[in-house]
Order: sequence, then structure tokens, then C-alpha cells
Amino acid sequence: MKKDRILLDHGSGGRMANRLIAEMMLPLFDNPMLSRLDDGASFDIPDGRMAFSTDSYVVDPLFFPGGNIGDLAINGTVNDIAMCGALPLYLSAGLIIEEGFPMQDLEAILRSMSISAEKAGVKIVTGDTKVVPRGAADKIFINTSGIGQIPEGVNVSGENARPGDKIIVSGTIGDHGITILHQREGLSFDAQMKSDSAPLNHLVARMLNITKNIHVLRDPTRGGVATALNEIAAKSNVGIRIRESDIPVKKNVAGFCSILGLDPLFVANEGKLIAFVEKRHADEVLRAVKEDSCGRDARIIGEVVSLHCGKVIMETAIGGERIVNMLTGEQLPRIC
Amino acid sequence: MKPNAHYQNPAFCRSLADRIAEMAKGQIRIMEVCGTHTVSIFRHGIRFLLPESILLVSGPGCPVCVTDQRDIDAFIKLAGQDNTIIHTFGDLMRVPGSSSSLQKEKAEGRDIRIVYSATDAIDTAMANPTKQVVFAGVGFETTAPTIAASVVSAKRMGIDNYSIYCTHKRVPPALDALASDRDMHIDGFLLPGHVSVIIGRKGYEPFFQKYRIPSAIAGFEPVDILAAILRLVEMITEGSPALINAYPRAVPENGNATARKTMETVFDTCDARWRGLGVIPGSGLAFRDEYAHFDAARRFGITFPENCPPSGCQCGEILTGKITPPQCPLYNKACTPVDPVGPCMVSSEGTCAAYYNYAAGDDG
Repeated sequence: MKKDRILLDHGSGGRMANRLIAEMMLPLFDNPMLSRLDDGASFDIPDGRMAFSTDSYVVDPLFFPGGNIGDLAINGTVNDIAMCGALPLYLSAGLIIEEGFPMQDLEAILRSMSISAEKAGVKIVTGDTKVVPRGAADKIFINTSGIGQIPEGVNVSGENARPGDKIIVSGTIGDHGITILHQREGLSFDAQMKSDSAPLNHLVARMLNITKNIHVLRDPTRGGVATALNEIAAKSNVGIRIRESDIPVKKNVAGFCSILGLDPLFVANEGKLIAFVEKRHADEVLRAVKEDSCGRDARIIGEVVSLHCGKVIMETAIGGERIVNMLTGEQLPRIC
Repeated sequence: MKPNAHYQNPAFCRSLADRIAEMAKGQIRIMEVCGTHTVSIFRHGIRFLLPESILLVSGPGCPVCVTDQRDIDAFIKLAGQDNTIIHTFGDLMRVPGSSSSLQKEKAEGRDIRIVYSATDAIDTAMANPTKQVVFAGVGFETTAPTIAASVVSAKRMGIDNYSIYCTHKRVPPALDALASDRDMHIDGFLLPGHVSVIIGRKGYEPFFQKYRIPSAIAGFEPVDILAAILRLVEMITEGSPALINAYPRAVPENGNATARKTMETVFDTCDARWRGLGVIPGSGLAFRDEYAHFDAARRFGITFPENCPPSGCQCGEILTGKITPPQCPLYNKACTPVDPVGPCMVSSEGTCAAYYNYAAGDDG
């Protein structure tokens, strides 16, 4: 099967489709709920509140240093659920594959999904595969949805930021977006870059173990840290102050941004979170974050204030001040 | 930790700002000509460090912002031709023409690609021999040499499906136009570092000798900018104007002669129309006859219409520092980055975009 390609028949729902599922998917995602191959998964739900989220993944290139579309699709939805303060339990996965897609690449992507799900401790319990004619989709698109359980006493929301809260970022920012841009545009900068794609649910659990007084959690994906902070400032109707010198940025990412006129604050991350934590617990939570493999470079980058509501203001590295606004569209490289 | 940390040293920046404050007597208006300076000043919060008596006004040095709407329309027209691939720097994509933008045309299915260098366009032309590859040539002396080099290469390699729609402009004639404007009150010029790498300090000598306005070539890091402002303030308060190079680690006295020679091989100077400023004599670059074949306007019969529908935005006043963006009636009302009227709100180096993104409507 190794040199084969995906045919329209693989999405037909007939024998070819069954074979693809039986031979390639079930061995990777084996669990009793999925292997029944019913139209949907059925399971008991725990008491209390649940979180539910969905996301679609269309990244180009499909494979990049530090990951591929498969682990991104798992980590992304796991993280969205974790950012609700929930412990992710079950995922669905929908694949839209372009006719002619190499079977070997599909296998690599599915394998990554399986490894990431295992790492995050979630199960893929239902799925769907469609094949569309050549040109009707760009290689492969993946949608994942997921549900998770919110522990008793946890109330995390973008509306909950309070003056005095400390803002923690779990590590260096901009790694994913810059890696993708570097790879996609075939830029020949000699810079070792790697996506930070990772599941953050264990990190969140560790933080909630210290205190339930975590008001906001957000994974700053598209639009980056700046956009996430602006959304929170608006939703919570508070002001946010951050310090540029405390924001961790890898040297190669900062250099690349500087050459192309991009601002790392607006660049996507796939394995970082921002947490708004009540002041009295902030140091302890920060220590816990730093103990996690996803949070070694974590820092407190600022705090919530009751001034300039709805705005994010940054103290610049040289001691100046400026507004950090929301991104309008994609960041485009400058001319000179 | 960060690249160029040395040039962002907070204590050094503070001491430079303190010396500027001690030195400055009365109100001083300094124009930063270059869009990259404008963005750096906002991004690093440099205005916050300076005394109120120092007024930094932004000039016409954002190449996208000074591109006439009719040239934008020409790019859009070229993009609409069959079998044509347009290559452009990213900044230009969202700039509105009279009825569309390259970004909207791309969504309509036109083949418009963002590139980082004109040589990428040559590769595309070689890979697509049955298509016409047109480069949207926007920029100053900084990018013109690489465009010229791509044309020289294309000619040598016999690539005849490659052309440039050239709207390249020269900075010194624009400075001349600004300094000769009686409504302008500029005490000193912060001259663009990138352009100066090509033309050198010497490139501004005729301009300086004519007007004797204190002028300093500056780099783009906070220390570069503050140090150059300090030198300007010294010259202004002491009444001893000079043309100095405060960016010697990048800018040689005579600039880059090889780059200029390549530029001069392909282009001759011509009059050019600047958005909001009108025609500035000798400020443009036009193909020499030997390279006329690469002129997209000539190849595809693109003409420049006499009249241009008014957009209502006050680019001219903003690009010459006569008003600040919040003083334009459209700013942050009809004109925002999401729904821009003029390129100054779109380009990453545009003055209005810098105000909007970094000062959020405040007056700097």
C-alpha cells in the first residue's frame, strides 16, 4: 500500500473505504468506542459542566519542522478545550482528502494524530473520511471536535480578567508561525526553527492543581499574543499592561521578524498559553508552569489594570510606551 | 537575548533622551522621512521618551503610500490580463485602487503572488514560459537596484516574458520638494538609513547645500534614532546646520557604487507623480531605451489617465507632515485598516497605520 495514492473510491463508503479504515485507521486509533464503527460514539458523561470545541486545519505546508497537520489537528482542539479549563476526553476527526494524495503521507499524518492523542490522553471516538476530486481541496484538510470535563470550581473565560491579575505566558512566542512562514516561502535564512505544536492539557491541569483562581486561559494561535490580549481586554472591559522586555522570544524568531518587518506579538503559536491568574497565586502557578516540559521559558509578562479599559499598553524595552493593537489581517512582509 | 540588544539599551536610550531634553530650546519640528523610521519610533515608544518640545512629523518615505492611485489601478489592470502572473511585495496587496485591490483581485482568481525579491519573479518567468510575469515595481533607491539587476539578468538570459511596471522613486528630489514648500516648517530631517546605504551621505549633498537644513542619516534601532535626533537638536539650537551620517556602520560616504551603476544602466531619471504630492521633477525612474522591452506599461499599452477620482483622504497633508493622521476627517472613521481609503492606512510603514496601531487614535 506504501506507494499507493488516495482514490475517489476511498471516500465512497464502500469496500475501499472500509479497507482504509480497517487497515490504516483502526490500528492507530484503537478504542472500543471507535472500533464499533457505529454512526457515532456513545459514552457516559460525568456530572458537572462540559466544554465542547471544534477547529479545522488547513496548514500549508503539511509537514514542517516540529510537526505536521496531524498533530496540529489533535493539539489544537485539545488546547481549545483545555483553555476552557476542561480536561479533554474525546475527539472526533473528519478528513477531507484530495484525490491522488499519497497514501504514505496520509499514514504519516494519521500516525502523528495517534501519537499526539496518546500524549494528550484523549481518545478519537468517531470520524469521517471524504475524498474530493483533484483540485477541489488542497491535499488534505482535517477537522477535529472535542469535549472535555470542567472540574468543580473552575470558571475560566475571556470575560473573567480582573484588575490585579498577573499575566503568564508559558514560553517563547512566535515559534510556530515563523517556522511555517519560513518553510512555506522557501526562505533561505540559516535559522533552525521549530514549531511549538504541543498539547497543553497536562500543563493546565498542573496549574489548576495549584489554584482554581485562574481567571482566563487562552492559546494565542492565529493573531498571536497581541490579538488574544486585545480580545480579553475588550471582553473583560479591563486594561492590560505588558512589558516588552519580559516577553520571551527566541533569538532566531526575533531576528527573522526583524528582517521581514513582522512583530512576534502577532505571530501564531500552537503550544503556548496565556493565563490570567489572581495575584496572590501568580508566583506559585508560574513555578508549576516552569516545571512542565511545555512551560520551561514561562514568564509573567504583565498585569491587568483598571485604567484604559479595552486597551493593551506595552512598556517598550527602551522604557517607552505604546498601544498594542489587534491584527487586521495576515501580517505581510514589508518592502524595505 | 534579542538581536541588536545593544542598540535597545534602556539606560543608554534614557540618557540620550535626557540630553535631548536639556539641549532643546523652544519647539523643534523634525521630520522622519522614512516609513521604517516612523514605525520604529512608534513601536519602541520613542516619542514617550522625548520632551514635548520635540515634534516628530512623518514624511513621504513609505513607498506604497506615495504610489499614485492610477498606478495601483494599472497593477490591477495588468492582473486582469489573461495568462499573466503578477509578482508584488506584500505591502501592496491591500492598497485600494479606484475600485478594487490586488488582494480582492487574487480572491477573484487572478494569479498574484507575494515575493521577497525580484529574482523570484525571474524564476517564475522561466518556469512559466507561456505566461507573462509582471513585477509591480514599487520602492525607492533601496529596491530599485535589485529590480534593475533582475532586468539585466533577464536580458542576458533572453527571458522575454518578464517585465516591470516601474513606479520607483528617488528620495532627494522629494526632499527638495518638501524643503521648497513655504507651508512646511521643518527644523531638521532624519534621513532614511536604507536609501542612504545606496546613495551615501554624498547623495544628499546638493539638497543640503541648497537649503542648509540640519540633516542626519539614521539607522533604525532606538539608539540610532535618538542619537541622530540629539545631533539634529544640537545643530538646530546652535544654529550650525550640517549633513551628517549618524549611521556609519551601514552607510558609506559614497553609498554603494555598484548598486547605483546597475540602477543607472537600466533606468534614467524622469518626472514622477507622488500620491498626494503631485509631480516632482526628476523623482522617478524610467527604463532606458535599451531596456524598454522590459517596461510593462509599454509592453501592454497601459496609459496613465489624466484625471484620478478623488478618494477624499488627505494623504498629501499627512505625507508632508502638515497634519497628523487624527486630523484627517476620515481617520478612524471611514478609513481604518479593515476598510482603508488610502495606502497610508494599509502599508505596514504607513503613517496612518502607525498611528492607528501604536497610538490608537491618540495624537502620537
